[in-house]
This record gives sequence, C-alpha cells and structure tokens, in this order.
Amino acid sequence: MRGALWDWAYAWSVMPDLMRGFALTVQLTLISAALALSLGFVWSVVRLAGVPLLSPLAWFAAEFFRGTPFLIQLYVVFYVLPNYGIAFSPDATGVLVLGVYGAARSVELYRAGLESLPQGQWEACLALNLPLSYVWRRAVIPQVAPVVLPMLGNLVIVMFKDSAVLSTITVLELVSRARDAGLASFRFLEPLTLAGLLYWAVSYAAARGVRRLEARGGHR
Amino acid sequence: MAGESTFVYLPYLMGGVVTTLQITALAMLLALPVSFLLALGRMSSFAPARWGAGFVIELFRGTSAVVQLFWAFYVLPFFGVELSPLAAGVLVLGLNEGSYFSEVVRASLKSIVAGQREAAVALHLPRFYTFRRIVLPQALPIMVPPFGNAAVLMLKFTALTSLVTIQELSFRAGLLRSNLGVSSDIYGVVLAIYFALAVGMASLVWLAERAVNRWAGREVIPWRELTSRRASPAPKWAFRR
Repeated sequence: MRGALWDWAYAWSVMPDLMRGFALTVQLTLISAALALSLGFVWSVVRLAGVPLLSPLAWFAAEFFRGTPFLIQLYVVFYVLPNYGIAFSPDATGVLVLGVYGAARSVELYRAGLESLPQGQWEACLALNLPLSYVWRRAVIPQVAPVVLPMLGNLVIVMFKDSAVLSTITVLELVSRARDAGLASFRFLEPLTLAGLLYWAVSYAAARGVRRLEARGGHR
Repeated sequence: MAGESTFVYLPYLMGGVVTTLQITALAMLLALPVSFLLALGRMSSFAPARWGAGFVIELFRGTSAVVQLFWAFYVLPFFGVELSPLAAGVLVLGLNEGSYFSEVVRASLKSIVAGQREAAVALHLPRFYTFRRIVLPQALPIMVPPFGNAAVLMLKFTALTSLVTIQELSFRAGLLRSNLGVSSDIYGVVLAIYFALAVGMASLVWLAERAVNRWAGREVIPWRELTSRRASPAPKWAFRR
C-alpha cells in the first residue's frame, strides 16, 4: 500500500460498498425526481393560475426554497422538525427535501416554457373560441413540452449531483460510503476518486440523452 | 424554543455571516478569471487548449460539488498539497462556478455577430485588439445579469464549505448545537438569515445592473418588468375549467 500512488487492490476492496451507496444514490434520486416533477407541476399550475392569495403564496414559497441553501433545508427538516413532533427517517428526509427543492426549481422552468409561447397564440385561440382542453392539448403542450422536457432533464441531473449532500444527515449513499471507507483506512484517494467517476459517468450519459432530446424537439 | 439562547449567540453567528460573505466574494473573484480562461480555451484554435478546458469543465460540472470539496480536503494533502480549509473551499467553489459560468461567457462572446469579426479582419486589426476593443465591450454587459445570479447561487453554495470545517454560518450553528447544547431550532434562524442575505444580494445585483446599463447607455430595466416575473405568462382564463 505504501509507495504506490493508486492502490488497485484497495480500490477493488472498496468497490462493493461504493456500489451499494451508488445504488441508493440512484434510487433516492429517482424517487425525489418523481416527487419533484409531479409536485412541481401542481405547484406551477397554482403559481401561474392567478388565484388571489394562493398564487402569490406559491410564488413566495418557490422563491424561498430556491433562495436558501439545500443543506440548511435538510438540517431544518432533520433537526428542527422533530422538536415539534414531526420526524422522518434520514432516507425519507432526504427524498422529501430533495424532492421539494427540485419541485421549487421546476416551477421556474415551467414558467420559462410557457413564456416561450408567443403570447398572440392565446389571443388567437380565444378569438377562434377553441375549447380550453383543446387549446392545452393541441396548441400549448405540443409547443411547450419540447422546451420544458430538456430543462427538466437537466434538473434531474442537478438533483442527482445534489443528492451527495444527503451524506450530511447519515444517509448511506455514495459519498458517505466513500468517506467512511476513507476514514476507516486513512486512504481517501481511491474511494473519493471512484465516487467522482461514478457521478461523472451517470451525469455525462444523462446529459447526452438530454441533448438528443433537445435536438429532437428542435426539429418537430 | 429558539428563544433566548439564540439571541445570546447571535454575535457569534454574525461572525459566521462575515465569513460566509468573504468566501462568496473570494470564490466569485476566482470564478470570474477561471470562466474567461475556460471559455477562451474552449474557443481556441489550438486543440490541446480546447481539450484542457473541456476536461476541466467536464471535471467540475460532471461530478458532485461535495465530492470535489472532500477531494480537495482529504486527497490533496495525500499528494503533499496542504491547503488550509478556507483555501480548499474557495478553490473548489471558484473552479466549480467558473466551469458553469464559462458557458455564459462563451455564449456572450459568440453572440457578437460574425460580421463584426470579419469587418475587423478586413480592416487588418490585430486579433487581440479586436477582442479587447470590439468583442469584449459588447459582450461584457450581456454577462452582468447572469453574473449577479451566479453570485447569489454562490452564497447558497458556501453552506457546503461547513463540511470541510470552515467556520462560516452553517458550521457555527452546528457547533452551537453539538457543543453548547443550543436547541437545534437554531437552524431555522440560519435558514432565515440565508434567505435575508440572498434577498439583499439579489437587490444589490439589480441595482448594479441598473448602474451598468445606465453607464453603458443601454435601456434601464423598469421596476415593473422586474415584478412582472411574478406574473403568469399565460392568461387567467387558461386555467379556468
């Protein structure tokens, strides 16, 4: 071990632990992403519908979640809420906060997508007296989805990388596993580098997928 | 309750706020030249420069910031590079944000129409002169608003440096909780402080934007347009059943 810069035997020995953490990271990210996209959709509708009181509230809540550090939001749910009788397991806390944080960020994306629609089209639909469901189904969504879907894809990639912060509330995901392995052997090079490579491989592949989605959207 | 004890320790927390703002400023000061170097590297006609810049950008954008912080904190000393936690934190934050911001710089530089570059070539202006006197003065004002956004992002980003023992706001709150038995409610106070800082910084950015635009003789964004972001881009009737 001494002398060698990169110890393959050691790297190999930490792999099973890292892969277990990696599996949890992927799992937590996917559940949070599902929560973020569905909650984000409802949140955006409330925010954009122009309901008195409710829409400004949705706007403020989104700004608040986007304007404060994810780490501290995590701490508040993990450390403060139990003082008031609301307690979740570390994994559930992570999914919940990552999901809500992602949802708050998606609100801005849905808005940007709707903004890409020329405003005259709304008036045209109104002038043609098209039924509202038809307007959304055949005019708005087909034009907004190609804009919004790549942005949502990028958001999920960001959430995947942000999930590393869950290591701070004892969730045994990839970074915690790497750090624990390093602390146990006082060799951080291999586990942390491998963890970085795993993050890179997934986000690189996912980013390529999003780019293809973007290119396809542009042509249709 | 977050009652008295929080107020007693407020001066200590405020010291953390100062550190938080310092890291934000230092990391942004680093991110700015880094983003320019990376953007110019990516646009270079010299292939190794393109690969090098591409590698750095991929490295910092493709992996998690937490991994990068831990790498700088735990692994660099292994290679004999002993950085203070503050230096490691500022380095990672600056390089990370610089990698993201380089895309903005690249897009702004590219937005200067090709005709102007061609005109400069036709006039036989030196390349650096063209960049300094023609491209840059037009590209810089475009970068100001996203730079302001990046500064606010950086403020939130600095909370992560508490993980590598930098005594900023989050770290000090954690210390009060674990060592002095202050109620964990203190994190609620910290959350509010961060939000106030972010709002204050966003306002400053907005004022700076106005000043730059006025100085550059460009249109000044009216207050109404800023608040219009709160309005929905779809008409009200679109959501009626």
